[in-house]
Amino acid sequence: MAARVEGIAGKRLDKAQYAENFADLHPRLTDHEALVEADRCYFCYDAPCMTACPTSIDIPLFIRQISTGHPKSAAKTIFGQNILGGMCARVCPTETLCEEVCVREKAEGKPVKIGMLQRYATDELMAEKKHPFSRAKATGKKVAVVGGGPAGLACAHRLSMHGHEVTIFEARKKAGGLNEFGIAAYKTVDDFAAKEVEFVLSIGGIAVKTGKAFGKGLKLKDLQRDFDAVFLGIGLQGVNALGAKNEDADGIEDAVNYIAELRQAKDLGKLPVGRRVLVIGGGMTAIDIAIQSKLLGAEDVTILYRRGPEHMKASAYEQELAQTRGVKIKHWVQPKKVLTKGKKAIGLKCDYVHEVKGKLVPTDESTDLGADMIFKAIGQTAIDVTGGALALSGGRIIIDAEKRTSVKGIWAGGDCVAGGQDLTVAAVDDGRRAAESIHAYLMS
Amino acid sequence: MADLRTNFVGIKSPNPFWLASAPPTDKEYNVVRAFKAGWGGVVWKTLGEEGPPIVNVNGPRYGAIHGADRRLLGLNNIELITDRPLQINLQEIKKVKREWPDRAMVVSLMVPCEELPWKQILAAVDETGADAVELNFGCPHGMSERGMGASVGQVPEYIEMVARWCKQHTRMPVIVKLTPNITDIRYPARAAMKGGADAVSLINTISSIISIDLDNFSPMPSIDGKGSHGGYCGPAVKPIALNMVAEIARDRETAGLPISGIGGITNWRDAAEFIALSCGSVQVCTAAMTYGFKIVEEMATGLSRWMDEKGYGTIEDFRSRAVGNVTDWQYLNLNYIAKAKIDQDLCIKCGRCYAACEDTSHQAIMQTKNGKRHFEVMDNECVACNLCVEVCPVEDCITMVQQTTGSDARTGRKINRDYANWTTHPNNPMALKAAE
Repeated sequence: MAARVEGIAGKRLDKAQYAENFADLHPRLTDHEALVEADRCYFCYDAPCMTACPTSIDIPLFIRQISTGHPKSAAKTIFGQNILGGMCARVCPTETLCEEVCVREKAEGKPVKIGMLQRYATDELMAEKKHPFSRAKATGKKVAVVGGGPAGLACAHRLSMHGHEVTIFEARKKAGGLNEFGIAAYKTVDDFAAKEVEFVLSIGGIAVKTGKAFGKGLKLKDLQRDFDAVFLGIGLQGVNALGAKNEDADGIEDAVNYIAELRQAKDLGKLPVGRRVLVIGGGMTAIDIAIQSKLLGAEDVTILYRRGPEHMKASAYEQELAQTRGVKIKHWVQPKKVLTKGKKAIGLKCDYVHEVKGKLVPTDESTDLGADMIFKAIGQTAIDVTGGALALSGGRIIIDAEKRTSVKGIWAGGDCVAGGQDLTVAAVDDGRRAAESIHAYLMS
Repeated sequence: MADLRTNFVGIKSPNPFWLASAPPTDKEYNVVRAFKAGWGGVVWKTLGEEGPPIVNVNGPRYGAIHGADRRLLGLNNIELITDRPLQINLQEIKKVKREWPDRAMVVSLMVPCEELPWKQILAAVDETGADAVELNFGCPHGMSERGMGASVGQVPEYIEMVARWCKQHTRMPVIVKLTPNITDIRYPARAAMKGGADAVSLINTISSIISIDLDNFSPMPSIDGKGSHGGYCGPAVKPIALNMVAEIARDRETAGLPISGIGGITNWRDAAEFIALSCGSVQVCTAAMTYGFKIVEEMATGLSRWMDEKGYGTIEDFRSRAVGNVTDWQYLNLNYIAKAKIDQDLCIKCGRCYAACEDTSHQAIMQTKNGKRHFEVMDNECVACNLCVEVCPVEDCITMVQQTTGSDARTGRKINRDYANWTTHPNNPMALKAAE
């Protein structure tokens, strides 16, 4: 154990401590807890929660099914709209979606725990290892799905249900996308992401080819030729630049890559982390990396965000989660320069900033913050990997309401499309809607 | 502090809260614990004839209906009268009454429908110094198959006959406990009165099958795959009990007959309602069996505080106050016009009022206004049925507001504040013509 070793080091904690730190954030409700919670649902007319859910799950219905003793029926209601309902139950920012508009939130500030009930139901059905849906008669049509993340999986599953043959092309070694490589470990324990992929694929009719990415032997033209339709759920490949001096110093890490490594780590002790960590950013990734740094044994972790708490993309709930785990959040600071000693980063010089007519302007105050590890969590960015074939906006693919791109026969969804919400649940909805549109197109 | 003491047909108790004849009053141990907890009296669990003790089933005796969080709403039982030897019960009754002289000690009895057994058991109970006897003509299960309990209570002539025997053979006040498993409660009550009973107590349990096990298709509670009907009690039966008490309280023949109220009484408020319908004491069982004896503290302090707040010094000050307000439908004021009103500040927009009104009632609630989710009553459709009030999860969000001026937006008729009922209504072919 090397809890307070200066610099970047692994094995800051003992094995038991790692296990405790990375245990399930919200364990599944017990049967009784679920019944009590389900009883709180008012079964609203034209329920606001259902409208707020990007996948339009019939929440009052599934909760009523739980309360009458049929969690598996509840799960089927959920999966009918959202085949990744298990992961969404774990990672959805319910506090800004269904639970935010729950009438109980308005009534007493305590919404029905919809996410927890969804997990209760979906876990029950998934444990059965029996796929809840069957495939329609084979259509003989073939569809290529590029990207095995939430959008691609949801699209593939719905296409398979309709009787089409699907091939998923996945760049990494395994499917799952950000569910497998991006989400905070304590939200999806026990290898849940991989189990969920297995569950989705268990419907049959879906082949997964890994190690296949655009630019690595995969060409859009070939897919158009070999398949009857193509769906792109390719996510984002680039990472935003900080725009601060010495950005390439040692000890500066990209949070997305680091989390991917963490998620795949068999031994968390082998993952080196700083004693004093700075995280730059205000979204979910910033929160996730900050909390996980802390859980890996960092002594001081501070998130630096250039605006106020109300502007952070991470919800108030997530901010609080970080703070209650000992993460400090500093607002209205903007990194100007990475302080270095040789090639090593030893801190950040930050300007205090304020807003003038909607623009961030430095004040005449600044601060030097010491650190031995600095994470960039300032968002991912699109890199056009399709070779200019599709109409883009801000680097992201333009789609219509049915998720059709500018090119006939090609659909897209998830983080790679313009105007998206960067949420797992939104990606799932894109995938399912695209599949319905593809199905209509193939059968017409 | 309000005075909770009661004197019910000569039976004195420090408060009106008695434990009903049931498992909680089956033996000295329980009754002493109950008295220590503050109960004003008990009706000792029903004694039967001298002889081999009663046999109960050796499987489950109870079944229940639960609400949210397994809150017990209704209880069903197939237990019989006491299965302890008569002499032991009598000894214990005597001992407890001697040690707790200020508490009401009523003894419940059930013997075959012949004069001698009643005479014998009354003599034995007289010995104990008990304050009164309660004749169990109510149990709907088990004993009724042997010609006792509800099978007596369902025949007014038998009630009258047995009550008369009892009055002849004891110095003690006689309370007749009535079964609700009849079509009109007034007939058995009148019979009890004719037989000379000092009071009636009601209701006993209602014949019931609580549920069916969908795995083995047995009624619950299941005894080796079979079930028989039991007696239903608990909060769910209170409305039935209140109505039966009111029927007796306002019946011309039985008005003034002392009543000990029973049926789902769970808190001080329930008790106050029974007393307002003329009950001189109230009996509790299911609430005690659910929560233990301690609930009497809440009942006593609650009733006392409410009486203080209302300025009632004694139970008699508000007893029977609701009886005069129980009437027949035909006398309800048809000129009373109300409309539901939704308090928009309290509304949480769940839409339950809309679903109820739109799907099942009068289509009198709108669900959108200016393109926004908004629930509002349309006076021109509202018949004031109160369903929206009852399904709304927010207390006092929807209220019924009396219309006193202008006209009824639904009928267009001018509001007339004079009382007018069905007996004089023009649509009634039997309407009474006002005397010229």
